[in-house]
Amino acid sequence: MEGRDVSGRSPRPTVVVVGHGMVGQRFVEELAARGVTARARVVVLAEESRPAYDRVHLTSWFGGTSAEELSLVPDGFLEEHGVELRLEDPASAIDRAARTVTTRSGAVVGYTTLVLATGSAPFVPPLPGREADGCFVYRTLDDVEAIRDAAARARTGLVVGGGLLGLEAAGALRDLGLTTHVVEFSPRLMALQVDEGGGGALRRTVEKLGLVVHTGVGGQEITVDARGAVEGVVLSDGSRVETDLVVFSAGIRPRDELARAAGLAVGARGGVAVDEHCRTSDPDVLAIGECAAASDGVVYGLVAPGYAMAATAADLVAGRAGRPFHGADTSTKLKLLGVDVASFGDAHGRTEGALDVVYADSRAGVYKKLVVGADGTLLGGVLVGDAESYGLLRPLTGSVPPAPPEQLVLPAGLTPATALGPAALPDDAVVCSCHHVTKGAIVAAVADEGRASVAEVRACTGAGSGCGSCVRAVGQLVDAELAAGGIAVDNGLCGCFAQTRQELFEIVASLRLTSHRALLDAHGRPEARGGEGCEVCKPTVGSIIASLAPAIGADGHVLAGEQAALQDTNDHFLANLQKNGSYSIVPRIPGGEITPEKLIVIGEVARDFGLYTKITGGQRIDMFGARVDQLPAIWARLVEAGFESGHAYGKALRTVKSCVGSTWCRYGVQDSVRMAIDLELRYRGLRAPHKLKSAVSGCARECAEAMSKDFGIIATAGGWDLYVGGNGGASPRHAESLARDLSDAELVRLIDRFLMFYVRTADRLERTSVWLERIGGGLEHVRDVVVHDSLGICDELEAQMAAHVAAYRDEWARTLEDPEKLARFVSFVNAPGTPDPSVRFVPERDQHKPDLTVLAGPTLPVRTLEGSNPS
Amino acid sequence: MTTALAPLTRSHPAPSPLLEIGHAGAWVPVCAPGALVPGRGVAVLLPDGEQAAVFVDRHGDAHAVGNRDPFTGAYVISRGLLGSAGAERRPFVASPLLKQRFDLATGVCLDAPDDPALALPVHPVRLR
Ligand SMILES: Cc1cc2nc3c(=O)[nH]c(=O)nc-3n(C[C@H](O)[C@H](O)[C@H](O)COP(=O)(O)OP(=O)(O)OC[C@H]3O[C@@H](n4cnc5c(N)ncnc54)[C@H](O)[C@@H]3O)c2cc1C
Ligand code: SF4
Repeated sequence: MEGRDVSGRSPRPTVVVVGHGMVGQRFVEELAARGVTARARVVVLAEESRPAYDRVHLTSWFGGTSAEELSLVPDGFLEEHGVELRLEDPASAIDRAARTVTTRSGAVVGYTTLVLATGSAPFVPPLPGREADGCFVYRTLDDVEAIRDAAARARTGLVVGGGLLGLEAAGALRDLGLTTHVVEFSPRLMALQVDEGGGGALRRTVEKLGLVVHTGVGGQEITVDARGAVEGVVLSDGSRVETDLVVFSAGIRPRDELARAAGLAVGARGGVAVDEHCRTSDPDVLAIGECAAASDGVVYGLVAPGYAMAATAADLVAGRAGRPFHGADTSTKLKLLGVDVASFGDAHGRTEGALDVVYADSRAGVYKKLVVGADGTLLGGVLVGDAESYGLLRPLTGSVPPAPPEQLVLPAGLTPATALGPAALPDDAVVCSCHHVTKGAIVAAVADEGRASVAEVRACTGAGSGCGSCVRAVGQLVDAELAAGGIAVDNGLCGCFAQTRQELFEIVASLRLTSHRALLDAHGRPEARGGEGCEVCKPTVGSIIASLAPAIGADGHVLAGEQAALQDTNDHFLANLQKNGSYSIVPRIPGGEITPEKLIVIGEVARDFGLYTKITGGQRIDMFGARVDQLPAIWARLVEAGFESGHAYGKALRTVKSCVGSTWCRYGVQDSVRMAIDLELRYRGLRAPHKLKSAVSGCARECAEAMSKDFGIIATAGGWDLYVGGNGGASPRHAESLARDLSDAELVRLIDRFLMFYVRTADRLERTSVWLERIGGGLEHVRDVVVHDSLGICDELEAQMAAHVAAYRDEWARTLEDPEKLARFVSFVNAPGTPDPSVRFVPERDQHKPDLTVLAGPTLPVRTLEGSNPS
Repeated sequence: MTTALAPLTRSHPAPSPLLEIGHAGAWVPVCAPGALVPGRGVAVLLPDGEQAAVFVDRHGDAHAVGNRDPFTGAYVISRGLLGSAGAERRPFVASPLLKQRFDLATGVCLDAPDDPALALPVHPVRLR
């Protein structure tokens, strides 16, 4: 195609793309990958005001994902490839004879190849009143912004349409705090994807979430008040629902209007008709994505088929023999309102002679159906409420499964272990359908290329980086392959426990075990039972017990009873061990705010005990060089002056930094200092898998560097934005947005849940940044759990945090009250009054530093210590 | 060196027992065994200025080794955590600084078993 105009004197060939949606952008990327952007001019005409963004995750915008985060266009991509993007200048006409496109602004652009990627438009049924104030569709970022603004003034919302998008919209309205109705014309929800049984299970679960479902009725009229705003909806059965807001989500219509006007052929049910190479009836005009009716006559309303068409069309433009597009698998797995819903293959059993195998548990809201052919071939299925097996079942479609179908629908616990493993899949089974990665490719990545984790396999094959529904199956394949290669995958915490930290946490919580010894003897590896444990499991279990102390009835003091024997030396002496065996001391200074009187006390204590002082990065003061036997006397003075432990020694909350915020700063929009103090006082003493840092900035200028913290808060005019998973240090990572514009109470509630979920599920010494990357489903999953309560555990998480907050008492104050604990703070058990002669100092810049010569042995050089400093 | 403290039975009331460790041919008193927390250690100042680390495990057995960490030179071994490893459940201490493990019966550094310079001296223990 492109060849024609390149000949002789003609100018560079030009590819004009109409529409910069998900598929349009993907098409441009595919062109770049094939080198076409280097040879040809590429012009993209866009109707929207923003470059392409991830429409599939549009709903996450309500949960705090910003428009920038949703963008699909990598920074610098357009410039690098010389792509001309004209935002807000849609195509208004095509002149096929002249080979030009005219835009709304009047520009005329000549093309060699024209590619239509105009997507589709929401269908709005012709109800009287549908133009009223308060009526919306659900398709673009502008739409969701308008819905949020309107919801702020509304109490009730109604969604017309109970399909996939309708339920997603309803979930969003519910999360915005509206009483939400869903009106669906068919007799069940998601009629397209699931059958009657599945629809029933879905309905029960959705109703439990507080949505009001009306099925088998349509909207008849929208009633409007005197000011032209929505007041209610009259349904086809004559009933009336009062509502302030209506969202139409009753299906989509391909945007084929330009093509029709230009005389191109369209499909029977709309959509620009194309052949298997995405050519329209004019071979120089292609159509891809949701605006096209594929060669099988179907208009695909999903993104994966659109991406496949983008690749096919790019092959054609590049002059390559590409993979023709005959049609696509419409299997889907998604999480709607926290409910897993999946359908694949012939979900409705339309094939002749097909039989159903059904498992239903309406109490748990689980419904699973497999459609099996007369010869035992798996034809398709519907999974509602438990879609764990989707990743393995979908690739088996079209083959006879290795286990009887009855077994395949049983819940995980009841399935014989051998029933369905990844080994059951044939090598050419497509495990990741977004990126078309086969089982064979994943196995090869592990066996031949030495990739040893899901993350590594994802990086080299792309598997699991699309919708994420296959991540579990990929994980099973990787583990199975590693095991087959003789690489034992032992996820156990240490030589004493075969369980992970998370599993031990669950055991301790549910059995209310308050002793490491009891846990080891009952749940340790057989060879470790009756032993001592080790330096890995002792502090880990100590930390779990400390995190859960009030909930399981353990003493909240880390030096109480057996707990004293579990702590690393820092926790054992409630101070930070330094290289010469001395300790450093960090009193808590919440939010970094301190009175002159308290500053003076710190100065006096440091002077009187000869301590080296330094300001930390966490806005407090660290005093170095104390001997063990000096710690009680130092703390007696500090506690007396109103200080308490700063937990710089613990895997616990360190500091909540703050900028001065609206109190002093002319830019500040909220009182960041007050919030930082409140948060630091709330979470102080919380033991966690690793240290936790936080900061609060008073405006978007971000002077407190909240984006580099485990949880960071940035003030907005309307409240607070919460970011999580940030990290400084050796592997810096920007925190990601968890939720936006929260009130004080919402912010605290969300942090409560987030922290407790982290404490519960992270590995030992796993910072939030690493945890978010490792945990299946990543930030999205965490958001589902802590914002949408998809696991139903938020009440429990909040209760655990409330118990921690209520039970908090300063560790140092309690230690000073207890002679038995104090007795341990001696350098020598047989000479309690004698200071340790090996802890000595030499002068350095008006203060002093450890004297290492006393430590140097006869033969060994003194090694340096890294990474042990508090802040 | 290791000695069993727990099974000790006394037929008549005696003055509370005292734990002692051997050093340079003499016995040095440490403390009453009850003063030790199972799983933790204490430091002992020896008459010649050297230091020892004494631990008691969950079965009541006491162990004594040198207190100086050969990797850093710091006198901190007594602040390490006690553990046991292997089918024989041999007790060890992990240095609190860089976490190397030392066998408590032999003093050998389990991360460098062939390097005698990295082993801890071992002291005999007795109860009197
Ligand atoms: C809320 C929501 C959730 C979804 N969830 C899923 C899901 O879970 N899984 C899934 O597979 N799919 C899902 N989809 C569908 C998916 O978003 C679409 O399949 C995909 O966006 C189609 O890409 P497209 O480029 O064809 O169309 P679009 O992304 O709609 O892009 C078309 C673009 O063309 C522009 N345009 C139209 N006419 C013109 C013109 N004349 N000139 C210039 N520009 C024009 C439009 O403004 C638009 O920006 C969801 C969609 C929505 C709205
Ligand atoms: S973040 Fe904003 S409010 Fe805080 S100091 Fe900086 S500019 Fe001022």
